Amino acid sequence: MIRYFSSNFSHLILLIGIFIMIIPVWLIFASSTHTASIINTQGLQFFLGDKFLENYTKVLLYEGGFFKEITALKMFLNSFLMATGVAFLSVISSLMTAYVLVYFRVKYATLLFWIIFITILVPLELRIFPTYSVMSTLNLVNSYWGLIIPISASAIATLFFRQFYKTIPDELLESAKLDGANTWRFFIDFLVPLSKTMIVAMFIFMFVFGYNQYLWPILVTSSEQYWTVVMGLKMMSGSIVNKFAFVIMSMIPPVLIIIVLQKYFIKGIFQDK
Amino acid sequence: MSFLELNKVTKIYPNGTKAVHETSMNVENGEFMVFVGPSGCGKSTLLRMIAGLEDITEGYINLDGILINKVDPSDRDVAMVFQNYALYPHMNVYNNLAYGLKNRGISKEDIEKKVNEAAKLLQISEYLQRKPSMLSGGQRQRVAMGRAIVRSPKIFLFDEPLSNLDAKLRIQMRLEIKKLQQKVGVTSIFVTHDQVEAMTLADRLAVINNGLIEQLGTPIEIYNNPKSMFVAGFIGSPQMNFLEGELKNKTLTSEGFEINNVTSDFNGPVILGIRPEHMSQTDKGLINLSVDLVEQLGSDNLIYGEIKNKKDFCFRCPGSQIIKKGSKLSLNINDNNYYVFDKSNGNRVN
Ligand SMILES: Nc1ncnc2c1ncn2[C@@H]1O[C@H](COP(=O)(O)OP(=O)(O)OP(=O)(O)O)[C@@H](O)[C@H]1O
Ligand SMILES: [Mg+2]
Repeated sequence: MIRYFSSNFSHLILLIGIFIMIIPVWLIFASSTHTASIINTQGLQFFLGDKFLENYTKVLLYEGGFFKEITALKMFLNSFLMATGVAFLSVISSLMTAYVLVYFRVKYATLLFWIIFITILVPLELRIFPTYSVMSTLNLVNSYWGLIIPISASAIATLFFRQFYKTIPDELLESAKLDGANTWRFFIDFLVPLSKTMIVAMFIFMFVFGYNQYLWPILVTSSEQYWTVVMGLKMMSGSIVNKFAFVIMSMIPPVLIIIVLQKYFIKGIFQDK
Repeated sequence: MSFLELNKVTKIYPNGTKAVHETSMNVENGEFMVFVGPSGCGKSTLLRMIAGLEDITEGYINLDGILINKVDPSDRDVAMVFQNYALYPHMNVYNNLAYGLKNRGISKEDIEKKVNEAAKLLQISEYLQRKPSMLSGGQRQRVAMGRAIVRSPKIFLFDEPLSNLDAKLRIQMRLEIKKLQQKVGVTSIFVTHDQVEAMTLADRLAVINNGLIEQLGTPIEIYNNPKSMFVAGFIGSPQMNFLEGELKNKTLTSEGFEINNVTSDFNGPVILGIRPEHMSQTDKGLINLSVDLVEQLGSDNLIYGEIKNKKDFCFRCPGSQIIKKGSKLSLNINDNNYYVFDKSNGNRVN
């Protein structure tokens, strides 16, 4: 009886939470299907209007920026490239870093790991000027690499992979060695498949992280060609309903990624064999 | 030249633990060698040095005429079966067996043939498509064996592979390992701390204590002729009885009886060792035992009792003999089957 009650009660709390989070999104979505004048005169709308197609096609074909060099579609492409790039690079680099830290005879590996971990306390925003000057020395300002590289080393992902590797019994490595696996083969044939779910989880994590970047893209790109969706949200001119439509559309890629990969995502975060 | 030669092999771990002291031994081609000894005596360390999983601090190891001290484990062509099997959890049984072959660049058809042969030999053909997590302990054990066999390595190394199985399966697998080894004829080294396993499997046995080989020989040699008190106590079940005594001019005095004409020139305090199965009941025997406890095993009875100052003295007699608690037995030692050890260092002196 108590269990029934408490499970119902926790469901209730979850439902309240879901409502609190969903309602603003719904308000924006509903409002984005009306005309601008309705919003301006009557405020946010709770019910759907009839301007869905009109507003959304307008946004998709929108040409923004001072020089009209960027379209919404291009922004999505830029964001996608940036987010995927960040996700790929950071997953690969942290997989390998963790491999070296756990399996190679590195002196002071633990200390090194904690030094890497401390970088969490120094987010990009804090070191943005030195980072910029490095990028400009490397001639990477106004390029995709410039957008991607500085945020592609993830201490959190390294932590996750390192902790996971530490749970893998030594005998696995030893019997792989006796089976003729060299350093590279052990990584490819064992660690990568064994951490598959973790890789997917980290990929999603870093994808969303890269997608949500704002300050760094603004700083490192001066050309409108490199505008990302999140930058576009701020920069976009036009009527309020179009902005609303753009907000809703900007949410789609991360949500899509999570839906497609959620099966692995949940397994990866709560790793149970 | 022997197939495997260990010459003054020593292992000192980085933290200073000296696990193996200047150990030398030879293993012949096709031989089944067993390392036996108490926990922590360095059996695994010795085995892992042969496999290449531990560096050799001093000394050298030759395998098939090649000095392998610095050879990478993957190039030594040895196969090891681990206590927890260490199967590859993300690969099915087929790929578990095939992995080592793939790394050696063997063609696909040959791999398939070899895997199927090994699977048949070990009766795991039905499970080839399963992941290790879907197998029972005994089946996993077989897969681990299959992984070793399929590569036809120069040498098999087993590190207590049976200790995770229940008693019945253990005996069954013990038998199968022995049969299998005789069939494929690959030189094997088997580590165990179970002396019954050691006795039944071994062609030759190395009894290890504190990083040293105390005695090396066939199981029967070691059983009949232990060189030290440690070996005598370790091999044989139930354990040998040890009595304190004094040896003087070939006469041994101990716990209320005397043995004359001991074949030893040693004089001084000694330990007398008598195996429970080396005594029999007589009318006026040497040893007077007052029975405290009788264990009936069916085929045998184990009688525990007291002789003068020594408690828990064990005597083994056929199960048909009915002996009651509290009775007094008179025992003689058969055919002078007793062992005398120097009390100060445990060395055999008769
Ligand atoms: N990596 C290590 N670092 C330091 N000391 C070690 C290490 N591995 C083992 N030892 C020590 O070396 C000695 C021998 O260990 P080993 O594992 O060879 O024993 P064993 O005979 O296999 O025992 P068991 O029957 O319990 O497996 C032990 O005293 C152990 O504590
Ligand atoms: Mg061991």
